[in-house]
Amino acid sequence: MNPGEQMNPEDSVNPEARVNPEDPGARVNALDIRGLRLHLPGAARPVLDGVDLTVAPGETVALVGESGSGKTLTSRTALGLLPTGATAEGSVLVDGEDVLTMGPERLRALRTGRAAMIFQDPRAAINPLRRVGDFLTEGVRRTGVMGAADADRRAAELLDAVGLGPELLRRHPGRLSGGMLQRVMIAAALMGDPVLLLADEPTTALDVTSQAEVVALLDRLRERFGTGLLFVTHDLGLAAAISDRVHVMYAGRIVEHGPAEALFERPRHPYTAALLAATPRLDAGRGRLAAIDGQPPDLRQELPGCAFAARCRYATEPCRTEAPAPGPVACHHPLEGSRADD
Amino acid sequence: MSVALTRRPGLGRLKAARAPLHLACLGIVALVVLAALLAPWVAPADPNAVDLGNALAGPSPDHLLGVDAAGRDTLSRLLLGARTSLLGPLGVVVFSTVAGVLVGLVAGWRGGWLDSVLSRSTELVFAFPGMLLAILIVSVYGEGLLAPVLALAIAYLPYVSRLTRSLVLAERERPYVSAYRVQGHSAGQICLRHVLPNIAPIVLAQSTINFGYALMDLAGLSFLGLGVPALTPDWGRMVFDGQTAIQHGYPLSAILPCVLIVLTVVAFNVVGERWADRVARRTP
Amino acid sequence: MNFLRFAVRRLAEMAATLLGASFVVFGAMYLAPGSPASFLLSGRSASPAALRAINDQYHLDDPFLVRYFRWLGQVLQGDFGRSITYRTDVSTLLADRLPATLTLVAMALVVVVLIGLALGWIGAVRGGATDSAILLSTTLAVGTPSFVAAVLLQGLFAVTLGWFPTSGTGDGFADLLWHLTLPSIALALYLIGMLARVTRSAMLEALEGEHVAVARSRGVPEHEVIRRHVFRNSLGTVLTTGGLIVSTLLVCTILVESAFSIGGIGQLLELSTTTKDFPTVQAISLLIVALFMTVNLVVDLLHPLVDPRVTLGTRRSDA
Repeated sequence: MNPGEQMNPEDSVNPEARVNPEDPGARVNALDIRGLRLHLPGAARPVLDGVDLTVAPGETVALVGESGSGKTLTSRTALGLLPTGATAEGSVLVDGEDVLTMGPERLRALRTGRAAMIFQDPRAAINPLRRVGDFLTEGVRRTGVMGAADADRRAAELLDAVGLGPELLRRHPGRLSGGMLQRVMIAAALMGDPVLLLADEPTTALDVTSQAEVVALLDRLRERFGTGLLFVTHDLGLAAAISDRVHVMYAGRIVEHGPAEALFERPRHPYTAALLAATPRLDAGRGRLAAIDGQPPDLRQELPGCAFAARCRYATEPCRTEAPAPGPVACHHPLEGSRADD
Repeated sequence: MSVALTRRPGLGRLKAARAPLHLACLGIVALVVLAALLAPWVAPADPNAVDLGNALAGPSPDHLLGVDAAGRDTLSRLLLGARTSLLGPLGVVVFSTVAGVLVGLVAGWRGGWLDSVLSRSTELVFAFPGMLLAILIVSVYGEGLLAPVLALAIAYLPYVSRLTRSLVLAERERPYVSAYRVQGHSAGQICLRHVLPNIAPIVLAQSTINFGYALMDLAGLSFLGLGVPALTPDWGRMVFDGQTAIQHGYPLSAILPCVLIVLTVVAFNVVGERWADRVARRTP
Repeated sequence: MNFLRFAVRRLAEMAATLLGASFVVFGAMYLAPGSPASFLLSGRSASPAALRAINDQYHLDDPFLVRYFRWLGQVLQGDFGRSITYRTDVSTLLADRLPATLTLVAMALVVVVLIGLALGWIGAVRGGATDSAILLSTTLAVGTPSFVAAVLLQGLFAVTLGWFPTSGTGDGFADLLWHLTLPSIALALYLIGMLARVTRSAMLEALEGEHVAVARSRGVPEHEVIRRHVFRNSLGTVLTTGGLIVSTLLVCTILVESAFSIGGIGQLLELSTTTKDFPTVQAISLLIVALFMTVNLVVDLLHPLVDPRVTLGTRRSDA
């Protein structure tokens, strides 16, 4: 568990998490996003509005939100993948170094080494014309990090680690199932021995059995390699199951964050509660699924108050005019007691 | 069933932003057509009046664009040449469109053995480049405009019929067709009154693109002396005649028909592609 | 379907189409008005000896199908009959003329592939004003028939500037290449435009692919991303134009050889057509069709190797 879980975002960064040459035992956070604001041309408000998030080495943090909430954008920022024309404020430290100020060479080194991403749809993300082995070794070989023989050996090791045989190296992706391809993708992400693994809805495109396998695999590998894992998903239940901490995102803002279990059992932000109520649960009986009324706010629309105010049944006047202070629960009147099952 | 137009390969997607180019090309098409229509009245001189003493003279008040190696007025030959140069491709496009639509309609609507026979013969015609088929026919029939036009029409027919066939196959599945059938309308009536009008824009866009091809092929045949008879003014023929002028260092009478051929082909291409793009966007 | 079975099936299909083509080529002369003998002799003095020779060669007294299959059998043995104009075996004529044509076509092919691919690549990758300029010049190129290009290039570079010879094939191989430089450019121009456009749009489509963004996110250098993931993925589409490129080269060589007075099979076809030397026309037509179909067959067989997504047996929709 992370010691910063109950603190304000300002303090949530572990004080030791900076590079401290005098203290060799210091832990540098794998990912440390502070006050990230992302402006897109033509948008009335920032697409990402003051995002704070940390992932310690060996820790799993989930970032949960609907599509369009900015969760994918946040995770891509960690690799320096900004949309064209976007301007960013704040800092995004990967392994202690700010991605936003990196030159192209440093950025390339970061992408082949310390940070790697697992994409949603392996079938689209892996070039169908190139062999699996080529996909695995491409990043490290084309940048000269590893020689051909070393790269091949490591690729075979990692395939083994994700439960696949080395004969796959010579195959074309078209011959592999979706679940196998996602394992290949995970192996490829581990090629550069990253401190940070970004998983963007890694199970959405898979069938149910493969989903469970991939999640279990990710968890095992994180433990084995001591990698920090940022797990981006729209599925709050899944997020709670695999992560230590959960951040809930809505319209480019983190509306609630905290330990997975606490957040799952006692959601305090009305949005989190609504999201939970909209998630099918085995123990909740029938007829309890409740879709959230309305649509997420449009990017062309300014949001002076709480982003969720328009869809929130508890919203009052200040909710519409004043942005709630950031914190574990960014809400003017967080829910009390147990789950908001009224 | 995917429906794809056979374009001049790769000449797709001239973006809407390229409106000025499109307008310019529309203008060129209009001008060339107008010149062809009005040629006999606006041509300043007899295009076949030979004046050897004046051969290869440059532009003068009498001959605004100079004269060729035989002393014939270039401007008049260009204007009247527009007639033959456009009439040939028009013939090719009309023949190939009418016959191609008929073949495609029957093949698509009836299916079965007729369809496979037709697509086999389509395969065969595809193996013959249009120009080669035309040369083969000309070698039998002798020079003249009719034989090459017919040969090219046959060579272009498969492009139209294949397109029509796939369009008809898609159209036949649409609910309104069975609705009309239930009401007792005959297949012929449905085809003529509903299917044809629906697929016409796409087929005509294809035919506009084919026009550019046909113009290039026919001008080439005339250049070889296998197209129009020797004395008829024709752009391809003028390029051939102008070769002698070029050798003597008076390129004007050859360059002008060259420029007109390129401009006209480009103009028809761009207009046809643009039309095809718009039609493609409109149909689901 | 395994590769061998696919290859055999495609070969059989090609043989069937070639048979049809040969039928068209042979039957064409029966479309002419008058008797075949008078057609074959038209414009020439019909001495009894010549008439007998024609009758012997074509067995004009036999039924049509018998004549056709006899002719076909001879063609399969490389015997295309005797040229009426040149009074030699057509196969000898072809053997004399082919080297010049094949050299010209090969040179043009190299130019088309190198420049066409390069222009398409640059247009797709650079975008902006460069792309617009390439798009505009390729629009002009695909509107320029090869004979127009030939006449204009000849006028500018051979006559006016005197940098290149105006016509002929010269002596020796180096001189041949020198003489064929302008003709090959004239022959290539239209196809450069076409190939550049095909390459450009195929690369633009490949650029949209998520695997390209993924490769970038993995730190693969940009030029490697373009080469290995964009260009490589567009090659399948580019390859399908192979048959069209070769057939266009073979047909347009007739025009270019005529413009530059190059003694190849193109010029021979033109002369034979004007002199109604029908056996020669038959042989050259058949040769061009056969070459075109061979290239198409090779493209069909290569396609699954270039693009593993293409399974054997799925026919390309277009030649």
